[in-house]
Amino acid sequence: MSEYVLLRHRQIPNLNRLEVYQANGGFGAFRKVLTEMQPADVLNEVKTSGLRGRGGAGFPTGMKWSFLPNTLWPHYVVANGDESEPGTFKDREILENNPFQFLEGLMIASYAVQANLSFVYLRGEFWQIGKQLERCIATLERAGLLGENILGTGYSLRLVVHMGAGAYICGEETALLESIEGKLGQPRLRPPFPAVAGLYNRPTVINNVETLTNLPPILANGAGWYRSLGTEKSPGVKIFSLSGCVRRPGNYELPLGSTFRHLIEELGGGALEGRRLKAIMPAGASSSLLRVDDRVLDTPMDYESVAALGSQLGSASVIVLDDSVDLKWLLNKTVHFFKHESCGKCTPCREGTYWMSHLTERLVLPGKAQAGDAELLLAVARQMQGKCLCALGEFSTMAVTTAMQLFPEEFAER
Amino acid sequence: MNALLERYPDEVKAILARYPQEQKRSAVMPLLYLAQRERGVITVKDMAEIGELTGMEITEVGSIVGFYTLYHDSGPRFRVQVCTDLPCALRGADEFLKRLCENIGVRVGEPTADGSLVIEEVTCLAGCHHAPMFQVQGDGEITYHEDQTVESATETIAELRRRAAGGQHE
Ligand SMILES: Cc1cc2nc3c(=O)[nH]c(=O)nc-3n(C[C@H](O)[C@H](O)[C@H](O)COP(=O)(O)O)c2cc1C
Ligand code: FES
Repeated sequence: MSEYVLLRHRQIPNLNRLEVYQANGGFGAFRKVLTEMQPADVLNEVKTSGLRGRGGAGFPTGMKWSFLPNTLWPHYVVANGDESEPGTFKDREILENNPFQFLEGLMIASYAVQANLSFVYLRGEFWQIGKQLERCIATLERAGLLGENILGTGYSLRLVVHMGAGAYICGEETALLESIEGKLGQPRLRPPFPAVAGLYNRPTVINNVETLTNLPPILANGAGWYRSLGTEKSPGVKIFSLSGCVRRPGNYELPLGSTFRHLIEELGGGALEGRRLKAIMPAGASSSLLRVDDRVLDTPMDYESVAALGSQLGSASVIVLDDSVDLKWLLNKTVHFFKHESCGKCTPCREGTYWMSHLTERLVLPGKAQAGDAELLLAVARQMQGKCLCALGEFSTMAVTTAMQLFPEEFAER
Repeated sequence: MNALLERYPDEVKAILARYPQEQKRSAVMPLLYLAQRERGVITVKDMAEIGELTGMEITEVGSIVGFYTLYHDSGPRFRVQVCTDLPCALRGADEFLKRLCENIGVRVGEPTADGSLVIEEVTCLAGCHHAPMFQVQGDGEITYHEDQTVESATETIAELRRRAAGGQHE
């Protein structure tokens, strides 16, 4: 492996200590940004780098920042550390081991949109991470890198950690904002978009933890360097969380465009003893299944190529399924997750996930299935699609419709 | 008199100071964690006091407690929350949970006879590569236990029960 861009702690011990982080170039980018660059220059560099959001949608980060109107103030930046998609554990590794690179990224983003107060939203289960981040923030305040008039530039910034309390939906950006505002974590109707009316009804940037962690190296080494990694349309590196039926599950930092085969077989060690790979869920429980064959395995993992296969790269939480996995059981798992996590605000999602879970339960319990249950399940899923307030409802149907379409033999009535 | 404020004056003030002055309501979640720290549950009195501090109706505070799964208005001191979501289940989490419960002699969701803890099933905790795994919520902390065996988990549970029996809060 060449040098890590994000998981640098794997090569540098104690990187979660400020002096170690700084001795390895840390906060060089933030200093340069603050003392030598205008906010617009930072924005341009990030735009040129082609960095795309790592929270799931792959939206270009620089473009997202540019939507903030300069007529409405204050601006806020919120780091999304909710990381609750089943199969995703990349932000956690960054936050636990390389917290200063993440914080430096958040500080660079804050400067770029001239926010003076920014938030880190963490899922409540990341309690220990929250405590560590607060210590890191206090360390940065003592070092004069946070607070009033940073490095004598006149720029001031304060960071606040806000702990969630167990709700997948709070990873959805508008539900997350509601949660910071002390309300139920339920998505907002859009428009208006957060870029215009976000936190406290003010222009707000929401970026994933991994997205922000890319910023220090981009600003330190330049957009051209970043573009030399990854593909034309999906530049840079990505952390792939590999889980399920493989020998070596874990996080793997790779250039975007690396193949499934490289990740699953070479790095992950392939299928377990005596098993064959059957299907891949590239974006966690929310993804459309891919039926494993050579074409799929040799597909580059970038946003476009995975979409061309009819699935999604999402946050690159690659769940591997082998031939021991019963797909009815699988759907019962994923559908139950979404039923549990549906916030209940919109009817199609609340009712749809309820009925789907009812049906998948009948399909897996011996002797419970009734004639037509599989068709009914598919019909419910199809009826939900395109009708929910946020993407959660849609997500809940992806595995259902694709599993039934790609593996019809498993749902045939016996 | 606001007992929460009286008990944790510095922490309550620090929490309120984190958010913009006119956005007191934002403090509701950290205040709920504070109220829950000592006993693992949030009482109606706590909710009223938090309402007072944040300018919210007690029913609004109550709905927050009900919405988020890490807040509790009743239950034992410790919660052992085993992840049985898809990636963990692909690596034996369901079987792990079943055997753990048999070993302890409880059913999922039912507190132990001594009332010290409950074993629960939860969705993905971002520890899928270290399955089987669980978290323990209690005494104002959440800690992860990963790459577990039924034996190691049983030992952790015995330790929690000893702590509960000894009555000491760290
Ligand atoms: C149901 C749902 C859950 C989500 N969960 C997360 C999450 O845990 N973390 C995250 O960064 N983004 C999550 N997102 C995406 C966010 O809404 C948002 O697009 C993202 O944080 C933007 O950051 P990015 O542009 O840097 O990717 C979720 C979206 C939906 C619809
Ligand atoms: S599925 Fe159990 S931690 Fe992710």
